[in-house]
Amino acid sequence: MAHINLENDLPGIRGLMAFRPTTAHPLNILAETLLRSDEGLTKGERELIATFVSALNDCFFCQNIHGAVAQYYATEDENLVQKVKADYQNAPISDKMKSLLSIAKNVQQGGKFVNKDQIEKAKKEGASDIEIHDTVLIAAAFCMFNRYVDGLGTFAPNAPEMYQERAKNIAEKTGYANSNPK
Amino acid sequence: MAHINLAQDVPGIRSLVMYRPDTGKPLYELAQILLREDSPLSQAERELIATYVSSRNDCTFCTSSHAAAARYLYKDEAQTVDLVLDDYQNSPISDKLKALLTIAGNVQKDARTVSEENVALARSFGATDRDIHDTVLIAATFCMFNRYVDGLATLTPTDADTYAMMGERMGTLGYIPPKL
Repeated sequence: MAHINLENDLPGIRGLMAFRPTTAHPLNILAETLLRSDEGLTKGERELIATFVSALNDCFFCQNIHGAVAQYYATEDENLVQKVKADYQNAPISDKMKSLLSIAKNVQQGGKFVNKDQIEKAKKEGASDIEIHDTVLIAAAFCMFNRYVDGLGTFAPNAPEMYQERAKNIAEKTGYANSNPK
Repeated sequence: MAHINLAQDVPGIRSLVMYRPDTGKPLYELAQILLREDSPLSQAERELIATYVSSRNDCTFCTSSHAAAARYLYKDEAQTVDLVLDDYQNSPISDKLKALLTIAGNVQKDARTVSEENVALARSFGATDRDIHDTVLIAATFCMFNRYVDGLATLTPTDADTYAMMGERMGTLGYIPPKL
């Protein structure tokens, strides 16, 4: 049971967005702009950062829906998301992505934990300023989304096929800006 | 020095919004809706929640600027802001706001620690669903802004006058993205 009466039985952030469409609008535009672009980081890489941070925050709904979207894009490895969540340093991703995930990990702990050495390392592996910017903002944004979803005690179904189906729809049709919470 | 190449002499969130305006736009819109537009909580109370969370996240820029906005909005009771930051349980604010700050503190720490007891206490002092919703989303949003501002090591002014001016602008004009 959610902490407030949402007047709907939608899971996770969808219930919150239906409850308060006024704040849902900028939240969806932010997600759309940050996650649905292949400029610099690919859509799959962006979703992977979102999933990784949501897993660190132990947010069940967010890590499952974004994990399903990330896995949708990871056509070359059906267990990629699982591998990154378990041990990203030894996962089959680029050294650049590993260095960006280490920055995202420190953002999750707190902004001041990001250090110059990490930034230098990411730049050495080929990360551009905009890629570092997007990594930090995606990580920060999911520290918000995760807290919004869990702080109001929303429910999250334990049904992998629901997340996969929704993920396919987000990736192929609606994105975030045009997704209907219902 | 910021971690990426931002406009020089522009502090905090403004430097980031100028760097990437297309993400800046929904961020400012979110701040404007949450802190200025329709809510059962006053603008001063909402700025106080933002300040309290930023202080717990040790974000100097956000704490100082939102504290200045809250002082501006509290007018004759501006000292409330500093009393809350020092010890909110013994500060001159309502029991309802104390209960909401407890919820905000738990959101900041780990959102899963917001308990039914926390929520029941807030309700016993008159908090509505919207009060609780807005508190949680303001707290969550500042967990983002604080990390964005510090995670990229943006410029943080150190003098009180700069923040007092910022606070007045935030209290009167609200949140308008910088012109490019």
